[in-house]
Amino acid sequence: MSVRNDPITPEQIAEHGLSEDEYKLILEILGRPPSIVELGIFSVMWSEHCSYKSSKHWLKKLPTEAPWVICGPGENAGIVDVGGGMAAVFKAESHNHPSFIEPYQGAATGVGGILRDIFTMGARPVALLNALRFGSPDHEKTRHLVDGVVAGIGGYGNCIGVPTVGGETTFHAAYNGNNLVNAMCVGLVEQDRIFYAAAAGVGNPVVYVGAKTGRDGIHGATMASAEFNEESEAKRPTVQVGDPFTEKLLLEACLELMQTDAIVAIQDMGAAGLTSSSFEMASRGEVGIEMDLDRVPMRETGMTPYEIMLSESQERMLLVLREGAEDKARAIMAKWGLDFATVGKVTDTGSMVLRWHGETVADVPIAPVSGASPIYQRPYETREPALPVVAESVACPMPHDQALLKLMASPDLCSKKWIYEQYDHMVMADTVQRPGGDAAVVRIHGTERALALTIDCTPRYCHADPIDGGRQAVAEAWRNLTAVGARPLGVTDCLNFGNPENPVIMGQFVGCLEGIGEACQALDFPIVSGNVSLYNETDGQAILPTPTIGGVGLIEDLATSVGIAYDREDLTLVLIGETHGWLGNSLYLREICGREEGASPPVELAIERRNGDLVRTLIGDHLVAACHDVSDGGLLVALAEMATASRIGLALDLPNDLQSEAGWLFGEDQARYVLTIDPASLDAVLEAARNAGVVARAIGRTGGQSLTLRGCGVICLSDLTKRHEAWLPAFMSEER
Amino acid sequence: MQAGVITFPGSNCDRDAAVALQQAGAAVTRLWHAETELPRLDLIVLPGGFSYGDYLRCGAIAAKAPIMREVVRAAEAGIAVLGICNGFQLLAEAGLVPGALIANAGLKFVCREVGLDVVSTDSVFTANYDPAKPISIPVAHHDGNYVCDEEELQRLEDEDRIAFRYRDNPNGSVADIAGVFGPGRKVLGLMPHPERAADPATGGTDGAPMFKGLMEALS
Repeated sequence: MSVRNDPITPEQIAEHGLSEDEYKLILEILGRPPSIVELGIFSVMWSEHCSYKSSKHWLKKLPTEAPWVICGPGENAGIVDVGGGMAAVFKAESHNHPSFIEPYQGAATGVGGILRDIFTMGARPVALLNALRFGSPDHEKTRHLVDGVVAGIGGYGNCIGVPTVGGETTFHAAYNGNNLVNAMCVGLVEQDRIFYAAAAGVGNPVVYVGAKTGRDGIHGATMASAEFNEESEAKRPTVQVGDPFTEKLLLEACLELMQTDAIVAIQDMGAAGLTSSSFEMASRGEVGIEMDLDRVPMRETGMTPYEIMLSESQERMLLVLREGAEDKARAIMAKWGLDFATVGKVTDTGSMVLRWHGETVADVPIAPVSGASPIYQRPYETREPALPVVAESVACPMPHDQALLKLMASPDLCSKKWIYEQYDHMVMADTVQRPGGDAAVVRIHGTERALALTIDCTPRYCHADPIDGGRQAVAEAWRNLTAVGARPLGVTDCLNFGNPENPVIMGQFVGCLEGIGEACQALDFPIVSGNVSLYNETDGQAILPTPTIGGVGLIEDLATSVGIAYDREDLTLVLIGETHGWLGNSLYLREICGREEGASPPVELAIERRNGDLVRTLIGDHLVAACHDVSDGGLLVALAEMATASRIGLALDLPNDLQSEAGWLFGEDQARYVLTIDPASLDAVLEAARNAGVVARAIGRTGGQSLTLRGCGVICLSDLTKRHEAWLPAFMSEER
Repeated sequence: MQAGVITFPGSNCDRDAAVALQQAGAAVTRLWHAETELPRLDLIVLPGGFSYGDYLRCGAIAAKAPIMREVVRAAEAGIAVLGICNGFQLLAEAGLVPGALIANAGLKFVCREVGLDVVSTDSVFTANYDPAKPISIPVAHHDGNYVCDEEELQRLEDEDRIAFRYRDNPNGSVADIAGVFGPGRKVLGLMPHPERAADPATGGTDGAPMFKGLMEALS
């Protein structure tokens, strides 16, 4: 077999991000020098982004199983059983590098990509979430990035008609050169209509559908596997351009085609486009594929096979159809105005054979490219965790009421209304709890059951102590689901770190994964899908370790679900969980005292489990009117968030024997919740807590139009709300 | 009541509208934009979404879809036509309601609950509302800024054809207009989404009287 072959130069090898050893391995696999098309294929398939070569060894250690897990990591998305013959399909994915270079299109195509991962499996997407990390508000690029990323996410999700129901947005100087855009999508599918991506059936046609292929996004995966430097702007052409309208057509066309028996396997073309989709399908099915690349629908003239294989043009799918089903499939695609082309067929050779007008331009064995990519066990260093901060020793620079106002108007804690009002969060008419609470709640269409959805991480904790920070990210997601009354079912993770070739960064990665694994195990909260984004560094400055955790839970009966808003006065406030006054690495310490230091709050998983299980039971027993977990900013911020959401004030009784008022009010001790309950239920709640071995105490009551801290000041609710909602719009409209 | 909900490429509130109508008791037929004949209908709904990606101008391409010839003919024959959000933009493009919808004054997409005054209850769409009682219905659009010339505005006022006004204008619409009737009062275009406010579980029921009213008037 001859493959057209111009000699490969060392410069070309370096440009493709391949090491000398990796190139040697290519020579061994092929038994000859590669063609330029083949070099391109190895380059993207072995990129960090596609091969997980630095992370695979550690990812394997994560818990991924539970009786309700239908499909764990390795497919396009994870799947859990949600009862009634239905399943939830979900995944989160990063689109960090492109969103920094071209915020609107980078963020938009991040949403487009994660949507395709979901409907590829036969599920109708029902919700989107996102976690965004931006640089310091003082940095010159931040406003531009926030504006573009938010508009891009909205532009895509709004148009395709899937509600964006939740997320989080925070700011820190460590993201000045690398913002993070993590998008999560959740879909619903009938359990007997799930589609997978394993090609099968020698002779079956391989079919291309969707948008035409252009030159956009060539080498996007390779770009996402390298650090940034001053020349990164020049990489703008490697960012893809999204067309949500075409994606909407593709979504409807695919779901319509999936009602027939035409499809054997289906895979979207995401990172590394046609290369990755064809190799993954062939590899999963342990078959070969041959394709005539000149049959691929092209948007531009003069495209080369190299460009076609590496293009990351959006809104495309690769299908293996049953023989004879092509006419039926073509008719459905034509109805939706989409391109349809039979580009090849399944073979039994175990190789990928690519032709260009009859001439073979690549002939590569599939298994070594997909399965035997290099795996690195990179050296890592574990840093000593930071020292605890003694709450009593923290000097409070201002009265507590002033501190609360300042915290509630700080970039991380301020209202994110300016953002989520740009997202259609109600389309599909099943959004039960809108953005702004602990978890979004989306009804399973036509039923009284619902999904609870959240996305969380506290990067400053992960930086202070990667293991505890990893535990905390999972625990907080679990807690947010619990706080609306849901049973947590599964996790998708989006692991964002700096350069793994730096042992300190690798140490952060290893530590966070250890913590995540422990927490998932202890909370019965398995990881079912995810992605890894490394090299989030610019000129040697790495981001904070940011293992974003997306969580999905199930509410069996919507009537038992609660939110953070209470609806009346004279309810009793009950604090669940123990308060030691942990100020280390808290937002109080950072925003009020100007100190970014100290050990993060310890996460005791057994206590986490016990407290959360009790709260879920109390909610299920209709004993709780509203519930909020206590996280960033501590107890007083949690109460302030409840009061502003409720538009009803509250009075808080501070215990008499406090060693540090600030510690009690603003400490970020974990495993805590605030409940509002009918006073008549107080005894029952406290007794249930005692029986479960959970610390619980009444701390005040709802009512009035202010937050009254006994002995520590009165904060007018309308002032608080105004300050809370003002920061972000003011920041975004500032003239520069 | 026989209601038809039209799906254009890019419509995304078609299912929501169909569900709200069915919950009010209507028999709903889903119609495809390429069809050239309509079944016998009492109500035609042009749903929200981004028909043809809102490329060119919102609603401009959909207004030329084959089925729209039949919709115009039906409207002229007195069949009720309801255009919600993108459907309103489409009605304006098709000339079934006056005026046009341009980009929001803030130049950003806005999705939020808005307060509305029901200005005119003299229609099959609004008969069930109490004009003294403001209602709350969500909006979700980027191009909901209603514009028309002064002469047209005067005519709308004189003929009592302003259906809804915003209490806190989210998009810069002239005279706070959120919805208007066509000349015969049997065509309504509005930016807010009544179909998203027809179920207590998802946050409100102020849209329900519209569907219930249509059921009563058209069955």
